[in-house]
Amino acid sequence: MRRSAFRRSRGDGPFRFASTGAGVVLLAIMAAIGLFLVVKALPALQANTSHFLTELTWQPNATKPIFGIGALAFGTVLSSLLALLIATPVAVGVALFISHYAPRRLASALGYVVDLLAAVPSVVYGLWGVAFLVPFMLGPSKFLNDYFGWIPLFSGESIVGKSMLTASLVLAIMILPIIAAISREVFLQAPKMQEEAALALGATRWEMIRTAVLPFGRPGVISAAMLGLGRAMGETIAVALIFPATFKISFQILGPYGNSIAANIANGFGEATEVGRGALIASGLVLFLITLLVNMAARFIIARRKEYARAAA
Amino acid sequence: MTVQTGIQPISATRRAKDRLVQVLVYLAFALAVIPLVSVLWLVVKNGIGRFDMEFFTHSMRNIGARDAGGGAYHAIIGTLEQVLLASLIAVPIGLLTAVYLVEYGEGGRLSRTISFFVDVMTGVPSVVSGLFVLAFWILVLGMPFSGFAGALALSILMMPVVVRATEEMLRLVPRELREASYALGVPKWRTIVKVVLPTALPGIVTGVMLAVARVAGETAPLLLTVFVTDSINNDPFNGPQMGLPLYVFNQTILPTDVAVARAWTGALTLILIVMLLNLVARLITWWRSPARRR
Repeated sequence: MRRSAFRRSRGDGPFRFASTGAGVVLLAIMAAIGLFLVVKALPALQANTSHFLTELTWQPNATKPIFGIGALAFGTVLSSLLALLIATPVAVGVALFISHYAPRRLASALGYVVDLLAAVPSVVYGLWGVAFLVPFMLGPSKFLNDYFGWIPLFSGESIVGKSMLTASLVLAIMILPIIAAISREVFLQAPKMQEEAALALGATRWEMIRTAVLPFGRPGVISAAMLGLGRAMGETIAVALIFPATFKISFQILGPYGNSIAANIANGFGEATEVGRGALIASGLVLFLITLLVNMAARFIIARRKEYARAAA
Repeated sequence: MTVQTGIQPISATRRAKDRLVQVLVYLAFALAVIPLVSVLWLVVKNGIGRFDMEFFTHSMRNIGARDAGGGAYHAIIGTLEQVLLASLIAVPIGLLTAVYLVEYGEGGRLSRTISFFVDVMTGVPSVVSGLFVLAFWILVLGMPFSGFAGALALSILMMPVVVRATEEMLRLVPRELREASYALGVPKWRTIVKVVLPTALPGIVTGVMLAVARVAGETAPLLLTVFVTDSINNDPFNGPQMGLPLYVFNQTILPTDVAVARAWTGALTLILIVMLLNLVARLITWWRSPARRR
């Protein structure tokens, strides 16, 4: 007995220390990301001859560096919101299909098919976007411009395939699986008793979903959408290939405008000077902080409700 | 004589609404599957042309954008080394963190903080992890662009996925197993190493493979950390390397048909690797699932 008690104290200490240490390392990495981005961004920000948060142009490699996040942040937010607008209704439909409509035996296999969308690498979506979607979108874009040109979003003179709309569409496809997966988990956890009670009272399937499933699932869907928003804002390579990389604020989503923080980092890194790299790091810091806020808000909503504990992963 | 039951037939408008929603829900699923089918179809159709021996045995050394031929041997080697190194860093840290959260954390403040930030970490954009390694490893510490720098960036993306997968599996290990082990006088750490982890192993392997599949396709972090090369570089610690996703990106932005053809074949190879990892991971889960064991 004594021997085993002795051995416990000897082996347990280091192991406990190692596993606690690993957890702390994870926290340290998160802190270090913020810290080192700030450290490397500061010199470039000091060399900047304009205001970083409001300036639209991006010429950090010039002898008199002038750059700002304005146009990039605008493009990031607009493309992500458009993607969210396109993806969320479809994702909720997909989630309902798998949780309440598809035949039980097929449901998990069909869910796996949707998950496969998430397994396709970003660069493959980029290649697909450039080679297929960009030329393909020219027709629908012209149609939107011809018949709905009176809506400011669809107005404009030059209509191209490499547009904000095409980039948002690719983003929507890429964030659809995560929104669908979390919504599906949440819908599956809706109280069975309430669903059955609704059906017993004579509700149709839609009325049952509207009264028992959707109210229960709403916070889950909202946080899923926010996680999707975070993904969309950080998405890099696919949109770097599609965006026309302009530095202009324009709501004409069919025109040759659009860029994002992440896309600009990928496209601008190759020819960046030292100040240029610092400027890109500064823009990355802004992206990091925005996605951090969005993700923390989303996680907070999920964590607040114990019922969702399983869906959070 | 008519029998009057209490149940009224559902009115036409309610039935119509129900039907309409059903159609919309089926339509949503179809809409989600269309891009998947389109991507897979085009990748196979356009990628099969250059899916030849030369592609897998040659690099791009001395092959310009206009030249036919060339391959992705250097990129495949690079990706394998980078992903392996990333796993060697991320898996121990992720595993131990999960052990802490499940076995030692006991719901205290530190464990709740770690758990929260693991979730937040899954949302760190891949390009930001690349920028971090660029700022920290290459600019501050003065290390060269290398495959290892890329592996560092990838490991940051892997860690939270490994933690979550392992944590979920550890929580599924029945309490009784642990208690039986304690009752035999086995210390806690040996119980974890000899009883808990082996029981959860298939699930952990699945989680790790899904994490590997996730980072194997990442381009942005590599772009900022391993740089680009057309030659074979087997040493991940010295000098620029290539990665398969990076190769696809680089060939895509070239304006020639032969380059874009190489990009498609690279994409096909990448998808095959990622899908294979996914498939094997799912098979392990299915093979070891409790429902099948019985």
